[in-house]
Amino acid sequence: MSIIRPYGDTTGDGMVQMSFTLPISHDKRAEGAAVQLANKMGMDPALVVHAKPMGPDFTFFVVYGPVNHLVDTDKVEVIERDYPLLSPKDANLAIRKGLRRRLTVVGACIGTDAHTVGIDAIMNIKGFAGEKGLEYYRELKVVNLGAQVAVPELVRRAKAEEADAILVSQVVTQREAHVLNTKEMSAAFREAYPEESRPILVAGGPRFTEQMAGELGVDRVFGRGTTPGEVASYLVDVLVTRRIRTPNRRSA
Amino acid sequence: MTRAVKKLDLDPVTVRKARSLARKAGKPIVNIARQHTTVSVERAVLRLAGLAGADSEGIPWVNRLADTVRADVGLEHGLALPVWDALVRGEAEDLAVLAQKAASGSVTFRLPEGRDAVRARAAARKAAAGGLRKVDARRRERDRLIAKHGDPEQRPWIYLIVATGDIYEDIPQAQAAARAGADIIAVIRSTGQSLLDYVPEGATREGFAGTYATQENFRLMRAALDESSRELGRYIRLTNYASGLCMPEIATLAGLQRLDMMLNDSMYGILFRDINPIRTFVDQRFSRQIHARAGIIINTGEDNYLTTADAVEAAHTVTVSQLLNEYFAKEAGLEDWQLGLGHAFEITPEIPDSFRLELAHAMLARQLFPDAPLKWMPPTRHMTGDVFRGYLLDGFFNLVGAMTGQGILLVGMMTEAVVTPWISDRDLALQNVRYVLGAAGNLHEDFHPAPDGFIANRARQVLGESVELLEKIVDDGLLNAIGDGTFGLMKRPQDAGRGLDGVAKRSAAYYNPAIELLEEAQ
Repeated sequence: MSIIRPYGDTTGDGMVQMSFTLPISHDKRAEGAAVQLANKMGMDPALVVHAKPMGPDFTFFVVYGPVNHLVDTDKVEVIERDYPLLSPKDANLAIRKGLRRRLTVVGACIGTDAHTVGIDAIMNIKGFAGEKGLEYYRELKVVNLGAQVAVPELVRRAKAEEADAILVSQVVTQREAHVLNTKEMSAAFREAYPEESRPILVAGGPRFTEQMAGELGVDRVFGRGTTPGEVASYLVDVLVTRRIRTPNRRSA
Repeated sequence: MTRAVKKLDLDPVTVRKARSLARKAGKPIVNIARQHTTVSVERAVLRLAGLAGADSEGIPWVNRLADTVRADVGLEHGLALPVWDALVRGEAEDLAVLAQKAASGSVTFRLPEGRDAVRARAAARKAAAGGLRKVDARRRERDRLIAKHGDPEQRPWIYLIVATGDIYEDIPQAQAAARAGADIIAVIRSTGQSLLDYVPEGATREGFAGTYATQENFRLMRAALDESSRELGRYIRLTNYASGLCMPEIATLAGLQRLDMMLNDSMYGILFRDINPIRTFVDQRFSRQIHARAGIIINTGEDNYLTTADAVEAAHTVTVSQLLNEYFAKEAGLEDWQLGLGHAFEITPEIPDSFRLELAHAMLARQLFPDAPLKWMPPTRHMTGDVFRGYLLDGFFNLVGAMTGQGILLVGMMTEAVVTPWISDRDLALQNVRYVLGAAGNLHEDFHPAPDGFIANRARQVLGESVELLEKIVDDGLLNAIGDGTFGLMKRPQDAGRGLDGVAKRSAAYYNPAIELLEEAQ
């Protein structure tokens, strides 16, 4: 059964409902325009069951009808993230069971960058996109050093806090500052630590892409729209579940 | 507001005890606030005295001047004496020129003594009084416009949010929302503005998930809503955020531009933004004194506790925070009608009797604060992306608002956590509100929960737990309680957090003309 159609109340009826707004005033022509859009989307016949003016210039529609498209489930391609997404509760549980101590994350905006928007969205309890930040996780010890932190200072604090992971955020991209700053950071950590006990290095910012990790010398890059839950899940995966590196071997 | 009052048989002795504990917990904090100042309080004085604008790098002149004075004589005496001493000495003809000279290093500041201090004091007082006269004129202007256009016909007032990041996009959206029925427009701020130690300048078109709070943006939006008020025949109120590191300055700008409501919580910045506790309490007291003078209604942020903790288990932390917010607000001169104390519909819908629990909590707040325009906040945690279920939840949220006589109703969107609201989301949400208020807006007349029923018992239980928590806070000291993680899960010690370097203990010579004038009037 790899070919399917939507299901209303009978197998194969293809029924779909949708709603949308058109930027025109409500009249017969507007309803016709809604039908035309639905037809072009593969819904035929399209039944406009509700049309309501919203102010003088917009009309809201609800449309029902069968779509003539078929879906082949064998041809669905899924790009999996390479770590499982955990709820805060599950992440806490995994750390408590797997590490038997809190996992320490040190974050900073390095170099001259004063834009803490990114690091704060990930680390502050306030969070981002409806998800609470890393501070919300009981089993994470979060140290947010804020803006304009020099790389040597970051290394010093990482050692003092016995950091398991370092998060740096870079927003300003003038003259490739984000790339240069991040490379300087990763080089400093590689020099200051033996490879097997070096903290996980994570860089984030709107102008980074995931493919840049090698070039930057970090373990992972997170781009625009990353949520705190994704970062926490990644850290649990590499530091607890898979243990690709074991910083602070005190109990691990 | 006489509706829904005295429906719960709360023990008046317990209620009095809760208030007196809140006072006991808050008093030492007020004393600390009176013994300290902050860079932002001092910059607010300069703004009140008329210093505006920024240099070519976008750094406001108030920051330039404050930083120079601080480097020369320190922060502990306040900025007023050294600044107006320099003006009296003839170093510059006005504040703007003085700030430019200070930035270029051609003025040296000193702490005046004797007769020089007397003259500087008088000049500073005169300048601050001029600013307060502007704030007073704006308040009279609001009273006049409300008399002319009228208040909304119904309670609760309907509160809608716009947040495009671009003030010139916000304006038509806000006007459309007012036309569609909104009584209050809130412009959400750009993510991270609360952590900037300066107020950006000018009209701004690029924010992250919100629009920067600037004096010019305030002016533009207020003018647009004055236009809408005329068109619609009801006064449309404007809301922004006096929170974060620049709380006192933003409060001052709100007073100067006739904003009508400001989000202004006593502990939000500490708990959720990791701003230093002392900094927050000092800034908060000054900003509330300004709000009191400007006739601005504050909105507190108790809804935030419920987004991080369970809404049933943490119900009493909301009540405790409301009582603390009330104490701090009244101490700063705000009156009951200015206290938009917050609470929210965030109980897990799946638990049995969740609606009755929501009613109990909302009625408790209503009865504890009978004369405050309570701000009722919609569900966010349990909005899953299932917009149909979300629409039903918002309907029940609206029903609690109608049944318990809330003052301000923040309209819930069924697309919460999915997209920033579409035009159709807002329209459907307002239909939901209108239907519920139309169908059940007077239900509070008939609705009297049984004196020993589930709702009344639950309200008493929450009040009891609040008293217990307040007793613990009084024993520990509020600052220690915050440091120990009593609120939410956050531990915020008083010697850490953002903005600590902008706090100074006042010296014996400290002088702040704005605080002096505000407290004289109180």
